[in-house]
Amino acid sequence: MRVKVLTPLAVALGLMAAGPASAQGVVKIGVIEAMTGQQQSTGVQTLAAMRLYMQQHGDTVAGKKIELIVKDDGAVADNAKRLAQELIVRDKVNVLVGFAVTPTALAVAPLATEAKIPTIVANAGTSIITERSPYLLRTSFTLPQSSVIIGEWAAKNGIKKVVTIVSDYAPGADSEKTFTEAFTKGGGQVVEALKVPLAAPDFAPFLQRARDASPDAVFVFVPSGQGATFVKQFIERGLDKAGIRIIGPGDVTDDDLLNGMGDQVIGTVTAHMYSADHPSELNKKYVEAFKKANNGLRPNFMSVGGYDAMHLIYEALKKTNGDTNGDKLMAAMKGMAWESPRGPISIDPETRDIVQNIYIRKVEKKNGELYNVEFATFEAVKDPGKAKK
Amino acid sequence: MRGPDVSTSAKLASAISAQFTARARWSPLEVLFWLAALATIWLAPDHHLILTEIVIWALLALSLDLILGYAGIISLGHAAFFGIGAYTAGLLAKHALVSEPVLALLVSGAAGAAFGFLTSFLVLRGTDLTRLMVTLGVALLVREIANRAAWLTGGADGLQGIGMEPVLGLFRFDLYGHTAYAYSLVVLFVLFVIARRIVGSPFGLSLQAIKGNPLRASAVGIGQTWRLVGIYTLAAAYAGVAGGLLTQTTAFTSLESLSFDRSADALLVLIIGGTGHLYGGLIGAVVFRFAQDWISAATPQYWQFWIGLFLVLIVLVGRDRIGSWVAPVRRLADRVSDWRAWRRPPAVEPTAPGEGGRP
Repeated sequence: MRVKVLTPLAVALGLMAAGPASAQGVVKIGVIEAMTGQQQSTGVQTLAAMRLYMQQHGDTVAGKKIELIVKDDGAVADNAKRLAQELIVRDKVNVLVGFAVTPTALAVAPLATEAKIPTIVANAGTSIITERSPYLLRTSFTLPQSSVIIGEWAAKNGIKKVVTIVSDYAPGADSEKTFTEAFTKGGGQVVEALKVPLAAPDFAPFLQRARDASPDAVFVFVPSGQGATFVKQFIERGLDKAGIRIIGPGDVTDDDLLNGMGDQVIGTVTAHMYSADHPSELNKKYVEAFKKANNGLRPNFMSVGGYDAMHLIYEALKKTNGDTNGDKLMAAMKGMAWESPRGPISIDPETRDIVQNIYIRKVEKKNGELYNVEFATFEAVKDPGKAKK
Repeated sequence: MRGPDVSTSAKLASAISAQFTARARWSPLEVLFWLAALATIWLAPDHHLILTEIVIWALLALSLDLILGYAGIISLGHAAFFGIGAYTAGLLAKHALVSEPVLALLVSGAAGAAFGFLTSFLVLRGTDLTRLMVTLGVALLVREIANRAAWLTGGADGLQGIGMEPVLGLFRFDLYGHTAYAYSLVVLFVLFVIARRIVGSPFGLSLQAIKGNPLRASAVGIGQTWRLVGIYTLAAAYAGVAGGLLTQTTAFTSLESLSFDRSADALLVLIIGGTGHLYGGLIGAVVFRFAQDWISAATPQYWQFWIGLFLVLIVLVGRDRIGSWVAPVRRLADRVSDWRAWRRPPAVEPTAPGEGGRP
């Protein structure tokens, strides 16, 4: 029995010494996304944007061919961890990208550290993620970024009483905590804090309780993809007619689903880092190209995370002249700044987290379609979750 | 009632004894199976991660086979024991209560067994449909409790921050999954041998009698209650160990380990491989996971459609079980050696006294 276990160990040591050898001239990017299940819209959007970037910029950088290996984790952390391990060991990927929800990113963090693989979080938004491994970076957003700003805005704009409704997992807790702090500091009052199960949510009973508390607004965070259900039930329960407004980070008025929510959402105010309506030349081109490549699908805030992750990888490879060593890539990625479809962004060299503008937006009708129209900008917002430390 | 003729009884006794001896003997096919499994340690070092997972599925399906294939208890809630084992192993490692993995695995099994014992009394009542509902309900309850008890289990975020100590203090879990695979395979083998022993014992045979016809079994004096409680508890212990293995080899666990999907998939794995012959779960796990891996790599977005189609086809084409596909090989093995001699009417020749002959 002893021999049986020792031999593979020896093999393991040998392999580790050799390091993740990559095939000559190919850079492999392992994409772990939710392509099925509740969060599948996130996976579809992110992957579509990554493919779009490759289509626009060619699939060769610094003499290396870029290859995507896509795996579906169904937003389940166990799967994400297993797939990441397989991608690292079997496929010998150089970079990992993806992670539709926070638990999947957290589960992969120890592997990123152990294998020294740059891992780019293109979607998940809990503040602590990037602290879990020195090889994690983020191109999406953190929930405190938008929650703090909407909290301050709400307090200044005549909203006094709020009920919070968030999904019961790490980003929900982040969002609720930072919003409440900012909002109460500005003189507002959170009368009730409700948490909805992450899987298969039914918002109706929570909305009823929110209505009974008769607040000025409901602060809501649900992961991308669940926004439509929330708004539908919000309207069914007549909260809009009771004069209650929806505020929150922009996840709820997801561009992907916004048009299907109906005109009742007009006037909803959210804070977020991307709107398909962002008035920049680059974004107009991005939206147009994205729709063209994807049967008219409108890009949402998850898609830009994927698009910018690809940009980060491309530019880092240019800097290292095609060297795929994990530490060299990390060094190249830290501090990088560029213009994204969402506006100017950079990677904070200290925290490896994203620094970006946060916009306050209001849902309006434009050319017969609903859009989040930006009307105020907070520039270069760092993650408040880390700034405090 | 008149006692049977003494001479007949002696004949019968030796025949039965011969049958038990033959049953306990390992057939060449079985030996080949385990040798092949052992060989993968060296021959497929790149696939140890998926193989580890297969071993864990196999163990869970084996556990389900013990109750479904041998005692006729159908369950849609086996993930409850699996998850309890998984969280037990996770919590033990996280809080360094029992840091040695083998010991922690035993505790996980015990935790599964304890819960299995408690819930077995619910399962005793009613027939198949009631049992389906009860097991399903119990599993849903446990999952929801784990979801609510986020302070202990981490809730929907999963149990983070598990650090695994080396197995027996010697073998560190490596990134490539070599240690994990060898460790899991040894556990599976040991538990398989025990299960094989148990189902071949008089206890195992009496279970099959109950499965075949509960009324008749009671009539010949086979009491049901404690036998069913016993096998259910044992199966729960096996499932707990499987869950513990998953946590230990991945250093992570989440609500997924308690989910309905896991219960249903375990049943699926077992049905693919065939119930009631111990190897069913093992073969099913290999087919299920490789098919899943291959199809989902080919089409990440629509793989669930293809896996569904694949499963329907397997059941339609394979009719009963994949195990029957190896029938020609079995016949060949028959010709090579006389290992299935016991299937023929028992000969009256006396059995050679030797080890392994005891039922």
